[in-house]
Amino acid sequence: MMKTKLLSILLALSMVAALAGCGGASSSAPASSSASASSSTSASSQEAASSESGDAAPESSSATAIKIGFIGPLTGGAAIYGNAAKNGAQIAIDEINALDSGIQFEFNPQDDEHDAEKSVNAYNILKDWGMQILCGTVTTNPCIAVGAESYADRIFTLTPSASSTAVIEGKDNVFQMCFTDPNQGVASAQYIAEQQLGSKIAVIYNNADAYSTGIYEKFASEAANQGLEIVSTTTFTDDTATDFSVQLTDAKNAGADLLFLPIYYTPASLILTQAQSMGYSPKVFGVDGMDGILTLENFDTTLAEGVMLLTPFAADATDERTVSFVQKYTEQFNETPNQFAADAYDCIYAIYEACQKAGITPDQSAADICEKMIAAFTAEDFTFNGLTGEGMTWSTTGEVSKAPKGMVIQNGAYTGM
Amino acid sequence: MTFLSYLINGISLGSVYAIIALGYTMVYGIAKMLNFAHGDVIMVGGYIAFCATSYLGLPSIAAVLLSMAVCTVLGVTIEGLAYRPLRSAPSLAVLITAIGVSYFLQNAALLIWGSAPKSFPSLVGLEPLRLFDGQLVITSEAVVTVIACIVIMVALTLFTGETKMGKAMRAVSEDKGAAQLMGINVNHTISITFAIGSALAAIAGVLLCSAYPVLLPTTGSMPGIKAFTAAVFGGIGSIPGAMIGGILLGIIEIFGKAYISTQLSDAIVFSVLIIVLLVKPTGLLGKAVNEKV
Repeated sequence: MMKTKLLSILLALSMVAALAGCGGASSSAPASSSASASSSTSASSQEAASSESGDAAPESSSATAIKIGFIGPLTGGAAIYGNAAKNGAQIAIDEINALDSGIQFEFNPQDDEHDAEKSVNAYNILKDWGMQILCGTVTTNPCIAVGAESYADRIFTLTPSASSTAVIEGKDNVFQMCFTDPNQGVASAQYIAEQQLGSKIAVIYNNADAYSTGIYEKFASEAANQGLEIVSTTTFTDDTATDFSVQLTDAKNAGADLLFLPIYYTPASLILTQAQSMGYSPKVFGVDGMDGILTLENFDTTLAEGVMLLTPFAADATDERTVSFVQKYTEQFNETPNQFAADAYDCIYAIYEACQKAGITPDQSAADICEKMIAAFTAEDFTFNGLTGEGMTWSTTGEVSKAPKGMVIQNGAYTGM
Repeated sequence: MTFLSYLINGISLGSVYAIIALGYTMVYGIAKMLNFAHGDVIMVGGYIAFCATSYLGLPSIAAVLLSMAVCTVLGVTIEGLAYRPLRSAPSLAVLITAIGVSYFLQNAALLIWGSAPKSFPSLVGLEPLRLFDGQLVITSEAVVTVIACIVIMVALTLFTGETKMGKAMRAVSEDKGAAQLMGINVNHTISITFAIGSALAAIAGVLLCSAYPVLLPTTGSMPGIKAFTAAVFGGIGSIPGAMIGGILLGIIEIFGKAYISTQLSDAIVFSVLIIVLLVKPTGLLGKAVNEKV
């Protein structure tokens, strides 16, 4: 008898617990379970959010602020990009919130360690939080994975720096602030040809990385059009990114006078070091992944002397906006901002301007916001002036149109070419 | 000439693998366990040497010694806390624990030193040798690595073969129970093994980072796996085998890249491993042990 009583009490208790669990989760569960219609619940039901005290979001701001999620590598090998972008976005958020414009943003950065799976986890965390617009992700491979999710969920996505075309392909809700990879590859080849930087070119790229491979392919086809000769093409993967002696010997023996490196700066720093110890000193031309090489701790910046790269942003530009941004960034974070910081800063301002244009308010559902933002971004009269370019426009594919600037590293700092 | 320069690069890469493989094989040979955290002890060694030279301004030798001391303490601590309680557990449990320790070390390094890569100043810092009018360049790091590798190999062989402690190690390796009955302190002997293995890891870390100067919390993992492969290739448990396996692996990797394809270099390395193991399952110098039933 005692046993059955105890059992029934236990069962009753467990039912109560289960029900309570349902109640707690209900504000977020619909958003994660179904695709389009219900992502509104978590954000728009403010009454519920403010009456249910247990909810995580600070209710005062959630009622009046648009929730912007951010995903990027804040730790791990690509952390320098993620942190720069997060800091840049944070400055823009603070500036906009200080304005009395009627639009307030709430910002929630999440870490993905440059890993697609972790990025999707971070995305789900943000969705449970009630994200209405996504600024991210910072790197390409995670962005392809997260873009598929945000497309299905109808959440407007603007990436500061994921530059592969696969990021935007077939997804009308994903937009880019940076150049696409083909665009970078083509622009690099044209730039090298126009400025007559070299005639025999060697390329070393990471064939395990969509970013690097994408740039290389377009560069190679455009180089042929421009009459540039590629004399050596070699590859590496993330697992073999230590020894570059073979690739460099190949380039040297082929007589290459210009080394094109469509790769991130960590392997690039190794390539520069090993080229020097081999006594091989070609001109080096990089793309935006090369940005950051000067901030590598303890790196001998004389090795990067004369390295050229295409980047949309120069921290030493003298226009008023850049100067004020660089000053704020340096004060808050003790380092010079790179283009990832500027791209993310621009992202937040572009979202801000589009929000104003489309009349976005915090009580609208993410899906409604998504449709309005897409319309605003692709509208013919929408042009955006930012740190990384003037008069930017977006096509319906999500690709941005803006002009790249050539930079060269002189005395340990970027100088315009 | 190109061939010669590839060969030298291969030997230099291979001797880094070899030093790491010596640590693996030492621990496996005596404690009969795969210490997957070995690669991460290398990374810690690299970071300690980095801090010693960059922040404390110590000279190279002092930095290496400090790094060895820290890694020795770390290795003995890991063994005492994580592996010793599992001495009688099945080997799979110990293996999983080692993987756990590996992740623990990587994430601890992430917390302490942050995620941004650090450029490692070469602790060798001598002028490279230039032969044949500069057509053949041998970096001083390569020379030091090869010499260090040979010295360590000879020293370890003498140590395990000639000293009393070495005899105790071999006894433990053969039969723990019998060794204990003969008055050998098994736990103490295994601790010493870990101390030596970890000190070697520190040297390997310094040499690895001097030759390939980028330091990340994941720096040790891929060379660790390659070195493990090298140890199996040469016959795990055999000290000369680890060295030969390491150097061959480095040469195959570089030649594969140079003459076959830069895209397939890892595939080539591991195919060679598979072929060797098919033909000679104990590795190049491994001894076949007959199980007595």
